[in-house]
Amino acid sequence: MLDKLSEIEKTALESLAHVRDETSLESWRVAHLGRSSPLMTWFSDLGDLSKDERPSAGQAANRVKSSLESAMQQRQIEIKSAVLARSLEEEKLDVTLPGRSIQRGRLHPSTQQLRRVLSILADMGFQVYLSPEVETDEMNFQLLNFPPHHPAREMQDSLYLEAAGRGENPILLRTHTSPGQIRAMREFAATNPTQPPPIRIALPGMCFRHEQITARTEIQFNQVEGLVVGEHITFADLKGTLTDFAHRMFGQQARTRFRASYFPFTEPSAEMDMECFVCGGKGCPVCKQSGWLEILGCGMVHPLVLQNGGYDPRRYTGYAWGMGPERQLMLRYKIEDIRYFWGNDVRFLEQF
Amino acid sequence: MKLPIGWLKDFIKIDGLSVEDIARMLTLAGLEVEEIIYAGLPLPKSKVAATDSESKHEFKTSGIGWDKDKIVVGEIYSVDPHPNADRLVLCDLFDGIQQHVVLTGAPNLFEYKGRGKLAKSIKVAYAREAATLYDGHAQGRQLMTLRRTKIRGVESYSMACSEKELGISDEHEGIILLDADAPVGTPLADYMGDAVLDIAILPNMARCASVLGVARELAALTGRKLIQPRIQLKTSGSPVKESVTIKVNEPELNPRFVLGFIRDVEIKPSPYQVQRRLKLAGMRPINCIVDASNYAMLELGQPLHAFDYDVLTDRAGRSVQIKISTRRARAGEQLTTLDGVSRKFNESHVLVCDSKGPLSIAGIMGGAVSEVYDASNKNLDVVNPEDTQMHTEDNQQVIDPKSRQGKASQRIRSTSNVLLEGAAWNFINIRRTAKEHNLPSEASFRFSRGVHPAMAEVGVRRGLQLMAEWSGGKVAPGLVDEYPLKPKNPTVQVSPTDVKRLLGIDLKVGEIARLLSRLEFKCVLTKSAVRVTAPDHRMDIGEGLVGLADVLEEVARVYGYDRIPETRMADKLPPQIGNPIFEWEEHLRDILVAVGFQEVVGYRLTSIERERRVLSPGSRQDPDYAVIANPTTPERSVLRRSLTASVLEALEKNINFRETISLFEIGPIFEPVKNKPPVERSMLAMVLSGRREHTSWDVKDLPWLDFFDLKGRIELILSALRFTPISYADIDTAGFLHPGKSAEVKVGGKTVAVFGEVHPLVKAAYDLSEAPVMAAEFDLQALRSIPSVYGIEPVPDFPAIYEDIALILDESIPASTVESLILEGGGGSVTHARLFDVYQGEQIGLGKKSLAYSLTYQAADRTLTDAEAADIRNAIVKKLEQAVGARLRS
Repeated sequence: MLDKLSEIEKTALESLAHVRDETSLESWRVAHLGRSSPLMTWFSDLGDLSKDERPSAGQAANRVKSSLESAMQQRQIEIKSAVLARSLEEEKLDVTLPGRSIQRGRLHPSTQQLRRVLSILADMGFQVYLSPEVETDEMNFQLLNFPPHHPAREMQDSLYLEAAGRGENPILLRTHTSPGQIRAMREFAATNPTQPPPIRIALPGMCFRHEQITARTEIQFNQVEGLVVGEHITFADLKGTLTDFAHRMFGQQARTRFRASYFPFTEPSAEMDMECFVCGGKGCPVCKQSGWLEILGCGMVHPLVLQNGGYDPRRYTGYAWGMGPERQLMLRYKIEDIRYFWGNDVRFLEQF
Repeated sequence: MKLPIGWLKDFIKIDGLSVEDIARMLTLAGLEVEEIIYAGLPLPKSKVAATDSESKHEFKTSGIGWDKDKIVVGEIYSVDPHPNADRLVLCDLFDGIQQHVVLTGAPNLFEYKGRGKLAKSIKVAYAREAATLYDGHAQGRQLMTLRRTKIRGVESYSMACSEKELGISDEHEGIILLDADAPVGTPLADYMGDAVLDIAILPNMARCASVLGVARELAALTGRKLIQPRIQLKTSGSPVKESVTIKVNEPELNPRFVLGFIRDVEIKPSPYQVQRRLKLAGMRPINCIVDASNYAMLELGQPLHAFDYDVLTDRAGRSVQIKISTRRARAGEQLTTLDGVSRKFNESHVLVCDSKGPLSIAGIMGGAVSEVYDASNKNLDVVNPEDTQMHTEDNQQVIDPKSRQGKASQRIRSTSNVLLEGAAWNFINIRRTAKEHNLPSEASFRFSRGVHPAMAEVGVRRGLQLMAEWSGGKVAPGLVDEYPLKPKNPTVQVSPTDVKRLLGIDLKVGEIARLLSRLEFKCVLTKSAVRVTAPDHRMDIGEGLVGLADVLEEVARVYGYDRIPETRMADKLPPQIGNPIFEWEEHLRDILVAVGFQEVVGYRLTSIERERRVLSPGSRQDPDYAVIANPTTPERSVLRRSLTASVLEALEKNINFRETISLFEIGPIFEPVKNKPPVERSMLAMVLSGRREHTSWDVKDLPWLDFFDLKGRIELILSALRFTPISYADIDTAGFLHPGKSAEVKVGGKTVAVFGEVHPLVKAAYDLSEAPVMAAEFDLQALRSIPSVYGIEPVPDFPAIYEDIALILDESIPASTVESLILEGGGGSVTHARLFDVYQGEQIGLGKKSLAYSLTYQAADRTLTDAEAADIRNAIVKKLEQAVGARLRS
């Protein structure tokens, strides 16, 4: 009897070893565990046995049943994982195919640089002040201590508007953001003429020069100017502030130097140079072998300019500086053609 | 300005300072050295051995150093013919150690050929074997090393050098003939090795446009002593005043006029060392008289002008006393200047005249008739000191020698008696005149920046001294000096408090005085301040508060900017007002970027033709423009009036580079106001064109972006700005937009933008592809004035019921009306109505359309029942039925 049972088990397990997929596993189940399978037949034949034989025979049959069932389960897991492995294999992608893109927006590089500059200045307490792009000669030059025909005007060739009968006060596209200095001082001074408040502003904006449009010269460019006016502002503060700015802008290791220069609206005037970040001061084409990069022009606000702004130069002092975001970008990204900025070629713009 | 270091040494001892040390000190003090050009002195080590990683290259450097062992002063005893070549000679040369036979083809030795032993030996720059020089025959400057070779059968291993070979000039026509006193055998570098500093002279440093000026700065910066020029003249004959008188008619324009007189000059070349210095300084040697004027100008900063005295006597009808006057020109008056150009004047110009008429344009250029003339050299243009050596690099004006021959040939005699003018002119007047006549020169460069009248006399005396020395002329006693307007040198009081207040440093009275006296300010000390008076060469120091600032700048410069500490501001923080307009615009930029737009920035300047494409397509009714009076190009001749034109140009430029392009620009447009600055209006323009999505390897043939793509983005932008309620309406005058595919955007009834598909005529005016182009234009001032609404809708706590309904109605009824009716009919229970289908067809009848909406029913306080939902739906349908005759599509 029991021999037969083990015969059933043996046959079933041998057959199971050949089962390779879910369908044949089901057929196997029907054949070996189904109602008319030898094992089930064996079970139904148990009734024919004597009362004494029955328990042990039943036990033995149950053991075989559960053995077959667990073998089947095991087989099922194996088949499933084989199927999964196969399908994973089949679903393999060529990961080198290009990804699908979406339309991404970007700010113009000049806007990005203006933001970097203004955000550092904002941390240092400088608030943005905007002023018009088209100005009078008085605002752009005369009140800033450039009298008519002054040689300093040669440093800033201007684009004038057609406007009749204005004599020595023609209309022009501002050559720098500095007329905003006068506008700001006058605006602040008007709030309290006897005790004008201190000023700490950043003046960003587009400026214009009478230039040919070439790789090195442009007809328009952005400038960011800073202006500080107060009762205790010194040249040492100017140096400290601008060096702090350079450290934030170009890294804490940035080395600066101040050398004497000339601007009609500041005195003393200076240029701030920064050790060339391309060659580390050794000399390279970017710094024209000098090891230094001209970063900005600066100086103590000229007493006449303070006066023109409504601030008494005997009581107030101040400093101002101006710098070019496009120039900074050109140095940092080694851009050799300034025309890229207003050329609006997406192949340039999308690199920022 | 090109400054030879060797010349500088006439005025200051520079022992212990390298050329780079000097350049660095000058640069930091405001005399920026743009380049160092070596001409004999050794280059700094770092330039020679570029491998040294520690080396710092402070200045742009070029030129050549002369090897002391290999390049020396040589002496030629005889010049013999080459046995096999007519155009070569063999020189018998002694180099201080031994004799050499040196082969050369220099034409300036040919006249000595075959004369046997020369009566007077010739000193030359001799380069021994293996010396490194510039290749005289190469284009540009290329180094080469002398090697032993055979030329036409004669051995050659060394040479007598040309200026090009030594890097002094580009001349290679002949070899250098040194002055007779050159010490044979001495290394040439020791004898005349030099380096030239190319210095940018800023307007306030005009006093430094001379060797003496730079030497004075260097003396102040180093605390060394300035060697003042000593001018002692040996005079003879009758005094100047017997030969000439001066009348100044306009002292404001001509504060001083000085004349000196020198007789019996011989027009001949200047000594070689003088010529070399002039060349290094960028001027061309002419003859000893002209050179003396130029030399004195370069040295002292005072331009001089030489007149041929005998020409003036002829003009005065052989009168021995010439009457010189200076005055404003009469309108229409003319003078042929020595560049051969006949020039017309008006009353703003100042002329130097004799009794017969104009002789020169004051301070700018002399007349041809009275210029110093060299009869022996007809082919060389004789150039007067004030003229033709252009200062600015980009304004080169080259005078053609041939154009000068005609008038020169009218004169037979070389100049032998010279009147030398040194004057002071009004710098503004000079600047205007030089500009009007387009005559930038070394003289007008200096005069147009201001030369102190005190320099006129010094300049003339120095000029006379040099002329006497180089031409053998005899200086007449005295000067004729008309000095009607003496400047008052300003006096300023400076205290330690002033220094502390502006510069932030503590200096005692004595220290301030010491710093300023180094620059030759006269200082009078009191207990608490220094009274300083500006020296006789400075025009840049003002009075009062301005003067104080001027003097404090000098204190800072001489003290050294680098020694001033760096401090953080201790002053009060100003009122914190921010800049809402700027911040709002930046916020808007961020939103535009977030919805996928690339920012562009175009030119503010454009042309009417460019803008006509968008502003008045097909017609010629251009708007008024703010017009540039002096445009650099017609392409950039007016201020733009359309920002859309700017973005459309950007689109046009990129159309072939990307299949989808979405651009925006924020910036001003300019509306002209007669004779006033234009009104600047801040605008936003957007443009969108191309495929709705990016084509990829498995996604193809995507639809074009259309009106609703742009509208969807505008909706996102406005919702990000928190604007509500927003409505869209047809526009009557669509302008650059398609009349049927354009709309205006209103926020709370206020129009803020127009947008839509670009009009076919406008599109055709640009070079674009087949894809339709969408554009939008926002008036930012209008947009900015709209308040943002900051409330939020609470997130519902209870589930919603979703239901789709389709409605059939007249096709003329706008979708926005239906949507409002649905929301109205739902009475607050419909939180969302999304249109998901629009259908027209026979099935539903002609002139009808079906709109299908997905509705969300929601109550804030409970879950709605199905019965309640049915009630809501019925209310909506009823509302639509009553209002627009809509019926539910079954």
